[in-house]
Amino acid sequence: MRKITSTRRGFLKTAVGAAGGITLGTGLFNQSVLAADLNIGFIYVGPKDDFGYNQAHAEGAAAVKAMSGVSVVEEESVPESIDVQKTMESMINFDGTTLLFPTSFGYFDPHILSIAPQYPDLRFQHCGGLWQEGVHPDNVGSYFGYIGMGQYLNGVVAGHASKTKKIGFVAAKPIPQVLLNINSFLLGARSVDPGITCQVIFTGEWSMAVREAEATNALIDQGADVITCHVDGPKVVVETAAGRGAYVCGYHADQSPLAPEKYLTGAEWNWANVYTGMIKTVQEGGSIDNFVRGGLAEGFVKMSDLGPAVSDTARNQFEATRAEIMKGGFAAIKGPLNDNEGNVIASAGESFEESDVALESMDYLVEGVIGSTS
Amino acid sequence: MSIPWHRPSWATPLARHSEALLIPVGALLAGFLLFALFLALQGKSPAEYYSLVYKAGFGSAFSWQNTLVRTAPLLLAALCVALPARLGLVVIGGEGAIVISGLACAQVAVLTQQAGTAPGMVLSLALMFIASALVGAAWIGAIGVLRHWRGVNETIASLLMTYIAIALMNHLVEGPMRDPNSLNKPSTAPLTDWQRVGQIPGLEVHWGLLAALICCIAAWLLIDRTTWGFGARIAGSNVRAAQLQGLPVGRMIIIVTAMAGACAGLAGAFEVAAIHGAANASLVSGIGYSGILVAFLARQNPLAIIPVAIMLAGFEASNGLVQRRMDLPDATVLVLQGIVFLAILSSETLYGRFRVFTPERWQPLPAEGEISTVQQGNPA
Repeated sequence: MRKITSTRRGFLKTAVGAAGGITLGTGLFNQSVLAADLNIGFIYVGPKDDFGYNQAHAEGAAAVKAMSGVSVVEEESVPESIDVQKTMESMINFDGTTLLFPTSFGYFDPHILSIAPQYPDLRFQHCGGLWQEGVHPDNVGSYFGYIGMGQYLNGVVAGHASKTKKIGFVAAKPIPQVLLNINSFLLGARSVDPGITCQVIFTGEWSMAVREAEATNALIDQGADVITCHVDGPKVVVETAAGRGAYVCGYHADQSPLAPEKYLTGAEWNWANVYTGMIKTVQEGGSIDNFVRGGLAEGFVKMSDLGPAVSDTARNQFEATRAEIMKGGFAAIKGPLNDNEGNVIASAGESFEESDVALESMDYLVEGVIGSTS
Repeated sequence: MSIPWHRPSWATPLARHSEALLIPVGALLAGFLLFALFLALQGKSPAEYYSLVYKAGFGSAFSWQNTLVRTAPLLLAALCVALPARLGLVVIGGEGAIVISGLACAQVAVLTQQAGTAPGMVLSLALMFIASALVGAAWIGAIGVLRHWRGVNETIASLLMTYIAIALMNHLVEGPMRDPNSLNKPSTAPLTDWQRVGQIPGLEVHWGLLAALICCIAAWLLIDRTTWGFGARIAGSNVRAAQLQGLPVGRMIIIVTAMAGACAGLAGAFEVAAIHGAANASLVSGIGYSGILVAFLARQNPLAIIPVAIMLAGFEASNGLVQRRMDLPDATVLVLQGIVFLAILSSETLYGRFRVFTPERWQPLPAEGEISTVQQGNPA
């Protein structure tokens, strides 16, 4: 267990120094950097109003801002390059930041790993769950949520809403996290009707509006009538699908304002809860664990409110499944189960809970998903 | 109109050179002024903006490091545009060459990772950089080949080849070249520690900066100070005239595009060896496109690229602080770059318009009797 308390002295030094520098310097920068405040920096890889990954983190940052005794700085659209290294240092040098949240997955290696050792008194919290004891610096922490269960619940609602028994998934890249979401979405739908199939299209990029729109249209052209996605900003997918008359399940953040009639539900991050919890721990003199993960039950992940198109039967099964997941021990990936090339994934009686490490190297699409990982 | 006062002998060259300096600087200032107006219209203080740019871009040792580390790849990316531009070619595909040669660098690093002895290590590092330069040269050189032999428009070809480069890189990094341990961020296997390029002592900026500066100076010497470069410039001004003179225009096009590509290739190699430590999708960060801006602002002069790149890097280095302090969106710096770009391009039409810069006007007064001929300039 690493103590963040050890950073407090350093933090005070830096904060006092920064405040002093600002007062002594020009009166131009009358930013509210108070010595008593905990200075926190959030860094996003895209725009913070993207209705997606970055907005989810920015909503968390907004909740932190509302707390007392903290001051928050944010920077958006920071590439996963030397840019983010310098942004971290800039926040440390100019804003007296002592707790940083560089939120993009790609910020970790090599960027956080090369900056963190230079500032041993500061704390770097990375979203993605890559931290390993003994391998990575002690002043780095990682946190992540099991959002696959959210996609499973999306699938349950989608299974009820689909008339064509074809649902569609617009995906960025065939990496384990995304594959788990696709598989969970289909398995959720198959818990309603085992005849449902899910077509997946990979766009190849985390953020590429044109291909996301093309993929959504292609899925609907092939008969899919409920669409969900895993791209950085689901805005284009949601609007395109709703515009074509298909239902949508959201991802990352709440997209219901984009399609109030067609939005069924969505798998959202609950970073507001996670971040305020972490800040409280620090303020009370406690320490944030270096490796934190949680799902629906731990408040890392939440579901959007069900939309007006969700039927009562769908609602009932959704609530029942959610209650079961919250209880713990629920597994979406359980035997007997094959992948879509006929290889056995899990034999009868075998199951993989959301926290199972085996899921982190997932490289298959389950039976019923139309598409290929390569 | 004659000028009554004394005309010293240095006035003529001064007039000629100050036009090349004062017009772009004036355009730059006009651009800054327009941007200040834009900020004022948004209810933001231009004074605060520019002082933040100074503070975060040039105001401290850290600011300079931040600026210079961004300068290094910009210099090389700008050369990839400026060199072909001197031959009259608008190549905008440096991004693709950076990405594909970064990949080559990582692949050679993986293949030569077993080198155990000191000479082996040096050889491995040399191969990484040579391979990157060659791949970059082949990538942009191919555009020169297409241009010369097939008449394919080099601008479109280089842009489209960038998409091919990125798609190819994604395919290889997610497929055959993927390190099985890179689960959620597909990458090539990481470089070993001795394959990483370190920092210039005392500067905390990687060696790419020095390499890039040398490339700029070498490119300037080649294009502006050699007979061969003179030939290339003739081909750039008037390709028919060059052909009539018997200059090997086709060969020049291919050599220059290949050199341009080699510069971009070095940029890719330094990105991998000094920053990322592996090749992955993070290599696509738009440096190649920023290079276009730098090259045009420097009016394709390899030496002028240096101050322009430092200036733009300073703006990018300060972008974060501006976002945080003034609550401006990150696109602000793009607006500034756009305005400055337009100002500089518009100023191209001003050359020769100001009589004060005309060298003839400053020639020492000729002897009596010759005045009328000289001043009319055209005796016919």
